[in-house]
Amino acid sequence: MINNKFFGRRRSEPARSVPPGQYLEDGFPVLSAGPTPRVDTATWDFSIEISGAMIGTWSWDSLNALPQTDIHTDIHCVTKWSKQDTDWRGVTIDTLLEDAGVDSPTGFVLADCDGGYTTNVPAADVIDGKGLLVHTYNGEPLTPEHGGPVRLFIPHLYLWKSAKWIRSLKFMDEDVPGFWERYGYHMYGDPWREQRYTND
Amino acid sequence: MVNTDPVRDWQIATVTSVHVETPRVKLFRLELPANTRFRAGQYFDVRLTAPDGYQAQRSYSVSSSPSDPSMIELAIELISDGEMSAYFHEFVELGDQIELRGPIGGHFTLSQNFIQPLLLIAGGTGLAPVISMLRQRQSVETTAPTVLMFSTRTEADILFREELMQLSEQDTNFHLVITLTRSASGEIPMETYFENRRIDRPMIDSAINLLGNVPARAYICGGSGFVETIGNHLLDIGMRHDDVRTERFGP
Repeated sequence: MINNKFFGRRRSEPARSVPPGQYLEDGFPVLSAGPTPRVDTATWDFSIEISGAMIGTWSWDSLNALPQTDIHTDIHCVTKWSKQDTDWRGVTIDTLLEDAGVDSPTGFVLADCDGGYTTNVPAADVIDGKGLLVHTYNGEPLTPEHGGPVRLFIPHLYLWKSAKWIRSLKFMDEDVPGFWERYGYHMYGDPWREQRYTND
Repeated sequence: MVNTDPVRDWQIATVTSVHVETPRVKLFRLELPANTRFRAGQYFDVRLTAPDGYQAQRSYSVSSSPSDPSMIELAIELISDGEMSAYFHEFVELGDQIELRGPIGGHFTLSQNFIQPLLLIAGGTGLAPVISMLRQRQSVETTAPTVLMFSTRTEADILFREELMQLSEQDTNFHLVITLTRSASGEIPMETYFENRRIDRPMIDSAINLLGNVPARAYICGGSGFVETIGNHLLDIGMRHDDVRTERFGP
């Protein structure tokens, strides 16, 4: 349907295109379903389970002692904004799996967070450098409202998959819908295919 | 509780009324092509398409009550540099057609069966989904106390003013708290009215007093700093994380 008098306020052509239905945002909006949980790095830990078996637990210090990875990328939120050229630092899921001495799992993964948030993605989308635990944004410690001290980061999917306040990843055979996925958001969430909601 | 309905395809709604609510906010009523059940707090995606194919999408919370599934009301604030709000404010008229899909969203929703004490906190147009909850709550006639704390810039920016004032006079279980973040020349005839003040801890403590106890649930909608600050206060007074539902907008 055409809106005849609509022209839009198009910005100068971005360096790279944004996914369909997205607009460029200079700020960094905060979207969370509840208040920001209180997370203390002194007691924080992160664990990985594979098929119900705990294969590793990391404290804040042990996470920071692992090899760190820098990533420069664009991010896309399902609420329609995209932000280009963001810089993050953290530890790849590959590094954690290697540290635990296990092979890359297959199937699916469910992320669990402080505050009760969950989200699901295929295991393949967090390995081979595609998924990280990040603690630094644009050179500064990640602030609590943006998911600090540590959030999951899977920038090729809509940002709700990059779960804030991450505490564990559970690899399993089944694809179990997470918090927003149970409310009708897409199980995969590829911004380039505009997979916002179920059946998109 | 969980909504597993797939979001509907894009549909074409018709504008049945345009109302200038405040200098910055217009209310648009849109008749839906078919009755669409939604829950208080949910939103719709709106899509505009330029003649050359350029498209923009934004989400807007529904401000009308779920009791009328034939239409939705959207409160659209004119945002500087906002391409969609500018189009709505400058061009959208009675009878126009608008493409939208929804309802969407599941956590920031209030069930009709929720009849426990409730704290609603809204900043600016964050009042839209909250007044939908309030309107629904009125229609189910609960006697459980409800407090609405509404923060906005000036007296001229008070959305749904008459309706809220009337409600606070008629319903002894409903308490209205209005705070203006900037001073106003007028005087609003109510006790719980503040100027030059933002919602702070003492104000929240008095809202809890009006409710009689820490409420079973709270809903906060507004700008991200507003929601962040108030969410922290509610955790401080001992509310459980899951009982504090938030919707944030803006960078």
